[in-house]
Amino acid sequence: MNEQHIAWEASANAIVLGAPRIAYEIESVRFRYHAGSSDGADWILDDVGFQVKAGEVLGIVGPNGSGKTSLLKILANVLSPQQGTLHLFGDDLATLTPQDMARLVAHVPQDTQQSFPFTVAETVVMGRFAQRRHTFWSGCFGWEDEMDIVVAAQAMAAVDIAHLAWRLVPDLSGGERQRTVIARALAQSPMVLLLDEPTAFLDLQHQIDICRIIRQLKEERGLTIVLVSHDLNLVSQYCDRILLLDRGRVVRLGCPEEVIEPEALEAVYRCRVLVDRHPGTGLPRVTLPGRHLSGGT
Amino acid sequence: MATPTSQFASADSSSIVSSPLTKDGAEQLRQWKSSGAILTFQRWVTIIGGLAVAGLVVCVLCLQFGATKIDMRTVMAVLSRWSGIGAPDTAGTDTSAVIMFHIRLPRVLTGFLVGGGLAIVGVTLQALLRNPLADPYILGVSSGAALGVSLAMLFGIGTTLAFLPGLPLFGFVGGLLSLVVMYRLARSRGRLPIQSVLLAGVILNAMLTAVIMFITSIMDPNRSAGLMAWLMGSLTVSNYGILSMFALYVVGGASLLLQKAQTMNILTFGEETARSLGVDTERVKKRLFFLAALLTGAVVSVSGMIGFVGMIVPHAVRMLVGSDHRVLLPASMLAGGMFLVAADTVARTILAPAEIPVGIVTALTGGPMFLYLLLWRKDQLV
Repeated sequence: MNEQHIAWEASANAIVLGAPRIAYEIESVRFRYHAGSSDGADWILDDVGFQVKAGEVLGIVGPNGSGKTSLLKILANVLSPQQGTLHLFGDDLATLTPQDMARLVAHVPQDTQQSFPFTVAETVVMGRFAQRRHTFWSGCFGWEDEMDIVVAAQAMAAVDIAHLAWRLVPDLSGGERQRTVIARALAQSPMVLLLDEPTAFLDLQHQIDICRIIRQLKEERGLTIVLVSHDLNLVSQYCDRILLLDRGRVVRLGCPEEVIEPEALEAVYRCRVLVDRHPGTGLPRVTLPGRHLSGGT
Repeated sequence: MATPTSQFASADSSSIVSSPLTKDGAEQLRQWKSSGAILTFQRWVTIIGGLAVAGLVVCVLCLQFGATKIDMRTVMAVLSRWSGIGAPDTAGTDTSAVIMFHIRLPRVLTGFLVGGGLAIVGVTLQALLRNPLADPYILGVSSGAALGVSLAMLFGIGTTLAFLPGLPLFGFVGGLLSLVVMYRLARSRGRLPIQSVLLAGVILNAMLTAVIMFITSIMDPNRSAGLMAWLMGSLTVSNYGILSMFALYVVGGASLLLQKAQTMNILTFGEETARSLGVDTERVKKRLFFLAALLTGAVVSVSGMIGFVGMIVPHAVRMLVGSDHRVLLPASMLAGGMFLVAADTVARTILAPAEIPVGIVTALTGGPMFLYLLLWRKDQLV
């Protein structure tokens, strides 16, 4: 057995060996950006409560401004809710240090802008930061060991950017940068992966690649994945369960057939949609009404 | 089912995630190291060692120049006598030795420490503000520190020798206050837009400078002339006692910053990302603010307001050695020292025997480069 397998299994073990069945427990979370303001109407998230099962792919969908990204940042412990509790594998999120958190959870934000000219390899290797031991001088004189390199290289191969190792991140296209950030998240060897619009800048081929990687991370490494997306079809095809948000509240939570159906979608998105079956998978498929139908009947 | 089914089903067959790499880890590591994709210890030693040697050479070369020229042979003879190697004495080195020991050497050493301190503060502010144009002078941190020092001078604290160690602390308090105010002004909803940072810094700088000018105008003329000369940037240090205390500030502050090099790498991705990668951002930010202000305070109390070193040096070094702060911080420090020693040599020879303030030389080299970056290289600024 070589180092690569050790590296991958280290993170997967916790799930396989008698791990808890619930990854996240979210209870009555309320959140708003300007904590000081007195008017109660501006809650971004209002009384949100649900569970994320360990090893599932959960998709969060909803119209613009429904609180999807804020919810994901709360799961990543980047934002803290004003009310309510969150538990991750039984631990209260408020008690975890950033380093503990980064060993468990990787977060891929929507905005991946980067103005400093790091190479792709440097960027991805930085995902190893939380996994490495930190001593007094390691901040300057600590060097990546072989394990870090292997994990980073494998993460880069997984998202098809191994050939870009030497390129500078600001010179990359949007899609390449997106995949670099996903590789950095994979290099964290996390147990939970949080993705905000992971396919937003990607062409069709790379969209499919990312979705396939998401399924493989779930099936082969037992990763728990929560992703936010506007693409209802992608969510329907690749997620085990879907959470539908509207104005900061959970409207529905369930398997694609339960959530991707006209009644719920039309109420939330306030427009007509056609839902039929995907010819390959039999899962729900959403089509926007064409110009002849949009007038409505 | 029909043909589409089989096509869609087969899409999932190949496994990307668990497929072994074509090269093993050691091979990959060797390849990345040799090609410069990541920083390695060997490359670090080469860059820092090379710059240290170059810095030494620049310092020795610049010992020649000043109001009277001391030729290189005499410089070497005096240096070898001090270090106890080579020929014990050569004719005509006595006056030169006195000039070198009491005037040239302290000035070159001060220049090196000031330049290095400014460059390392620049790197820190750039990482902290995610802004490649950040510079303690442009953002008003230097003028905050200068205001602190001017106030101390106005009330007569620190003008006596016994209180001189107090001046860097006044500079530190002033610098820290202006840095925090600038940060608060520029930040909106957890973001630091590059224009807001520059705008807040420029406005703050203008206001602080006005207050300093007010102070100079109410001071008695004899003392205000000295204050003005110091403000425009000068590297005259009266004795080795002050110099060694200043060296302690700069070297100590720089070492504490070096410790956070990898954290600074990650901070450049933005605060939320840094947090999700395992950095305790609030603690690190406070520490970096503190150290940046401490270094600025020390530098400003010794040399006044010297602009643009903190911006152009890190920028040039980044282009040469890459962005990894483990090498960028020490390399910028050495390069900044070299740059300022050279700039000061120009300042004291170009109109010899008269001197011009070194701040004029750095502003005239740095200003155009700042404009160039702002006007033609917007792509690098995001």
